[in-house]
Amino acid sequence: MNQLRRAFLKSAGTVGTVAMAIATGLLKPGAVFAATWNNLAFTAKTPAEAISNAGYGGATENSDIVIKAPDIAENGAVVPVTATSNIPGTTSMAIFVEKNPAPMIADFVFSGGAEPYISTRIKMAKTSIVRVTVKAGGKNYTNSREVKVTIGGCGG
Amino acid sequence: MAEAMKMRATMEGDVADVKVLIKHPMDTGLMKDKKTEKLIPAFFINQVVATLNGKTVLEAQWGVGIAENPFLGFRIKGAKSGDKIGVNAVDNLGTKYDGEVVVA
Repeated sequence: MNQLRRAFLKSAGTVGTVAMAIATGLLKPGAVFAATWNNLAFTAKTPAEAISNAGYGGATENSDIVIKAPDIAENGAVVPVTATSNIPGTTSMAIFVEKNPAPMIADFVFSGGAEPYISTRIKMAKTSIVRVTVKAGGKNYTNSREVKVTIGGCGG
Repeated sequence: MAEAMKMRATMEGDVADVKVLIKHPMDTGLMKDKKTEKLIPAFFINQVVATLNGKTVLEAQWGVGIAENPFLGFRIKGAKSGDKIGVNAVDNLGTKYDGEVVVA
């Protein structure tokens, strides 16, 4: 069945045919990218603008968001970051690097048993505050930590 | 392009720990080609969806700040050994990447 779906995806040229496939039950909605990419948030040049455009404005500081990252990153091109929210009812989480040319790194929405935990590797142009914001119970929360970068990750 | 994605899922108590590695340059669009001095156009994975037995558990939007050859780790409570975890990703040029792993 999966094989068939893959073959179908290869042959399906347009968004229209994919939408039709969902309607006719050929494709599971789970396999389709429903949300539109948040261009406004990802292209924002300042952290405040990025956070606000991503829907995390007015977040209150909360140390129940635990951010694991190195104090000093030798290579800014690859900085491991792990974030966990211990705030009950956390439904989404976003990561920002305040001094990056594009501060917004990523946004994650959790459902169906996914824990409010993300581990990834990010780029850092220079020493900066790494900020994690979450949504929980209709409110926004945030925590941050500084990562010192000795070699920037955005070339030059 | 299944070969571009590597996945592993192991149980830790009642939580499945999933690790995903995708081969992708994640070009920011801000860097110049050292030889030609021309800007390398932005080329990056911008959406990722993970499923447990076909049901969505994680929807991600990524920007250019995710490092080259992206790594993603997430955890699913209530998953069990034998469950299927799928990951679908797409980049800004519309190329799709997918992977599937059975929880060990």
